[in-house]
Amino acid sequence: MQLRVRALETVLTEKGYVDPAALDLLIETYETKIGPRNGARVVARAWVDADYRARLFRDATPAIAELGYAGRQGEHIVALENTPEVHNMVVCTLCSCYPWPVLGLPPVWYKSAPYRSRAVADPRGVLAEFGVTLPPETEIRVWDSTSEIRYLVVPMRPAGTDGWSEERLAALVTRDSMIGTGLPKSPADLTR
Amino acid sequence: MNGAHDLGGMHGFGPVEPEPNEPVFHAEWEKRAFALTLAMAMPGRWNIDMSRFARENRPPAEYLSMSYYQIWFAALEQMLKERGLVGDDEIAAGHSLRPPKPVERILSPADVAKVLYRGGPTEREPRTAPAFKPGDKVRAKVMNPRTHTRLPRYARGHVGVIARVIGFHVFPDSNAIGAGEDPHWLYAVRFEGRELWGPQGDPRSSVSIDAWEPYLEPA
Repeated sequence: MQLRVRALETVLTEKGYVDPAALDLLIETYETKIGPRNGARVVARAWVDADYRARLFRDATPAIAELGYAGRQGEHIVALENTPEVHNMVVCTLCSCYPWPVLGLPPVWYKSAPYRSRAVADPRGVLAEFGVTLPPETEIRVWDSTSEIRYLVVPMRPAGTDGWSEERLAALVTRDSMIGTGLPKSPADLTR
Repeated sequence: MNGAHDLGGMHGFGPVEPEPNEPVFHAEWEKRAFALTLAMAMPGRWNIDMSRFARENRPPAEYLSMSYYQIWFAALEQMLKERGLVGDDEIAAGHSLRPPKPVERILSPADVAKVLYRGGPTEREPRTAPAFKPGDKVRAKVMNPRTHTRLPRYARGHVGVIARVIGFHVFPDSNAIGAGEDPHWLYAVRFEGRELWGPQGDPRSSVSIDAWEPYLEPA
């Protein structure tokens, strides 16, 4: 693949269709600037600021843009609220739709056949493979990203974090907890 | 199309295997294939629905045996060839053998941040009133187009409830075949687990899909 991709890049560069410096910048952006730390800041803000939380659930796209995150593969974002009664989980059975501005590029498992085939039909079984066991009475809502709407799960704030700063809280928010295949870390996890 | 990409509900793929501390890319070529795909959308003038169709429109055995970025790269080569931007002989030679076709614009380094931040919103000014409202019972139509669609097979023929009226959005089924954006009302439709999967379904779970009005009929 390395040779095939390099050959095509050479052809496209010689023809003047691409500027390799723009390619470098695209790669650097998604390797270093756009990733799940962005989403963690959104979640932490929603945990400490009730007004922000209300704006986020009313219309997530502008609320997320307040923190500077917007654009490609996040043009229309909907935030999903996890509660003791309802657990949300996001999939794209048809391809790999994922909220890039807040989570970055999706991990391989999210794009893989096992996850895409089973998340809709056996969400509890999939969660168990991620080590997440919910009470049997908890309702699971799976969101299949079939349009340009991108879904961001807002997990519940962990117990024992009263008075924590936004920055400390953001360290508890994992990528998987914003997809719905994980839960946030607990304060004890941070010191382990 | 009823392709191998439409995976919801299939059996036999085994467990989900997350990779601890996964890197963003797993090889240098993945980075370049990713960036080339993003950058070429501007001079290539294709839309996201055309890209998706180019990726899914391949024999099932081939689709399932390729890695994610192998599929991206194959779709990129195909779209470039279809538009006469690159020839097979040039790919084989690894060099341009002919003058370029004129293109409107290319992605410059100075524009990267701006272009990513702007993205490609798909909401349009409504031209009609929505046919459904939250709480309405709807059936996902039974349909089997050979072209691109975003109505997954597992939902077709099943009854759900309108959870939310999302907005008036570009219709992929039309946009993917170059027939224009043809925007329609888009809804979040919730289907109960037992409705979709019968006795094997989880009675305490539901699946929501985003469905454009032409996918739905009153139930």
